[in-house]
Amino acid sequence: MSFLLFQVSLILYLLATAAYLVFFFKERAAIRKNARLLFILAFALHSITIIVRYFEAGYTPITTRHETISFFAWSLGCCYLSFCWRYGVKNLGAFVSLLVLTLMSLAAFAPRATVSLSPQLQSGWLPVHASLSLLAYGFFALAGVGGLMYLLQERTIKRKRFGLFYSRLPSLEALDTLNHHCLSVGFPLLTLGMITGSLWAKQALGSYWRWDPMETWTLITWLLYAALIHQRFTVGWRGRQAALLSIAALVVALFTFWGVSVFFTGYHGSFS
Amino acid sequence: MAVFPDTIALIGVNHKTASLDLRERLACTAGYEGPLAALSRLESLKEYYLLSTCNRVEIAFVGDDVRRGRTEILAALFAPRVKAAELEPHVYQYEQSRAVEHLFQVAASLDSMVVGEAQILGQMKEAYRIAAKTGGTGLVLNKLLHKSFSVAKRVRTETRIGASAVSISYAAVVLGRKIFGDLTNKRVLLIGAGEMAELAAEHLLNQGVASVVVANRTLERAVSLARRFRGSAIALAELQGQLQHVDVIISSTGASELILRKEDVRRVMRGRRNRPLFFIDIAVPRDLDPAINELDNVYLYDIDDLQGVIELNRADREREAVKAGRIIAEEVLKFERWLENMASTPTIIQLRNLMEDIVRSEVDKTAGRIGATSTLQQEALEKMALAIASKMLYHPLKYLKAEDHCLSLEERIHTVRTVFDLDEAADQAQPGGPSHA
Repeated sequence: MSFLLFQVSLILYLLATAAYLVFFFKERAAIRKNARLLFILAFALHSITIIVRYFEAGYTPITTRHETISFFAWSLGCCYLSFCWRYGVKNLGAFVSLLVLTLMSLAAFAPRATVSLSPQLQSGWLPVHASLSLLAYGFFALAGVGGLMYLLQERTIKRKRFGLFYSRLPSLEALDTLNHHCLSVGFPLLTLGMITGSLWAKQALGSYWRWDPMETWTLITWLLYAALIHQRFTVGWRGRQAALLSIAALVVALFTFWGVSVFFTGYHGSFS
Repeated sequence: MAVFPDTIALIGVNHKTASLDLRERLACTAGYEGPLAALSRLESLKEYYLLSTCNRVEIAFVGDDVRRGRTEILAALFAPRVKAAELEPHVYQYEQSRAVEHLFQVAASLDSMVVGEAQILGQMKEAYRIAAKTGGTGLVLNKLLHKSFSVAKRVRTETRIGASAVSISYAAVVLGRKIFGDLTNKRVLLIGAGEMAELAAEHLLNQGVASVVVANRTLERAVSLARRFRGSAIALAELQGQLQHVDVIISSTGASELILRKEDVRRVMRGRRNRPLFFIDIAVPRDLDPAINELDNVYLYDIDDLQGVIELNRADREREAVKAGRIIAEEVLKFERWLENMASTPTIIQLRNLMEDIVRSEVDKTAGRIGATSTLQQEALEKMALAIASKMLYHPLKYLKAEDHCLSLEERIHTVRTVFDLDEAADQAQPGGPSHA
């Protein structure tokens, strides 16, 4: 059942992305409305997929590689919708839906079988810790996408060569607001994710912090974002610097998320 | 046009003939009412209209003695402030079709400092409104000014002459939106007070910009400009401090050196907590250090960059100017035609008067001879005579009024006047009546 639902939502994401891309190039308002509708539909179905899988598997589906990537894509969609509900950012949908689609395709290729959980993972902390952390990464990914768009637009305005992107990208201010929003929501989420993780570790493994590679890299990520937020709120770092650092931090975050389990071994195992 | 008895003339100074300093002293800063009242006392002017902007002071008038009119106007308007000897070399004077053409050019903004800016039309309309209200304009100037407004509109719609002037303001707004997203609550600083800068500031104000600050070499001018935008004025020395508080800076001073350097702006950015700054430099030579653009969160556009936003090249503009010139020449011809037709009116009136005089004297004579004493009989006689007279006049009048003749109107008027011996009659009857050269 969840398999089928996943398939359908993947197709809907594909259609939404296509519509967003058509809107990006043609700039016709009607297409944009349809694209957003498709995206919301896909997102709703995706949410149902996750819920159905929860009942099918009997555990919170943020465990296997397929599940985490799928959940990551879901949280990115969630952040995007939460943001465009409050602010309008022109053509952000094209970039985000493309990224969501990519993640969903990656998830589709990962083995989809449900697994039986090791006793360590069978805990009430699992859904809390995993979903908080992944939501945080979702916001950071959105900040990274916004940063990329910012750099593209800023380059256009600085160099005064008005090509493809100039009219299609939103204003610098809007992108900077996006960055601000994502960081100020994502960072507390990551912090909460780390706290719950360490509480869970105390409960399951006997100590709060074990310098497991995953923990170390998460700490590095956390410090990077902390620095970025600190600079933003005190010195007034914004615009280009904030965009660049958001992208750099995202790269580190993604490494923490995927790279660590490939290059190191730790008790987080190969969940992703 | 020679048949029209009075001359349409235009005298004035503009940014091409007079320095800003002189123009400022000539400008009617206290409103039009006073100067118009002074003009109304001049007997040599039959109709008059006065326009005063920061770039021009012009008087168009109708009268039969242009030289006298000119001397009297200059004395009446400017005598206490500016001596005639100082003023004379700067004054231009146009008559008849050249005056009409000039007025059309001014209205269409072809004579402006920034060719194509639309402000001048509004200023002209306002000047005309006041002149008309105080009774300064009559048949000819009413027609001429209304015509010039429609010519301006035609030039604007049929050519893209306004595009380059608009482009600066337009580009400033479009770029401003791409940088700030929303222009409301943003503050604009004008450095120097060029026409183009004012235009851009006005455009930005229309987009909801919070306030305008004006910095100028002479504080007086800054204050007057700031009043127009309901903003505040500062001295040039305070510039650095102001950069903290504004977001868009439009610079257009006549300074030959840079006013702001990269270092000046870099220092300010920390205090601004890196809120973006958008500089627009429309001065030639440039006011702002091009290196300013290298700073983060600072964007600098000069006049060429802004032109690039709109992409209207030079060749385009020249072609449009030729087109606008043609439209104006066409409209001048049309106006001349109207004026000529106006010229036939006195002849027609005179002819009618002549006929009525003859009818009346003949009716009196006949009535006495046949003993028709009752008013009823007299009226019947008069009615008959008038009917015969107007039937006789029908063809001569039609000949005068008709448009499609192989003879020019002037010649036709001449023929009719000769045939009916109107000039002799006029000389005898009313010595001050219209005569033609």
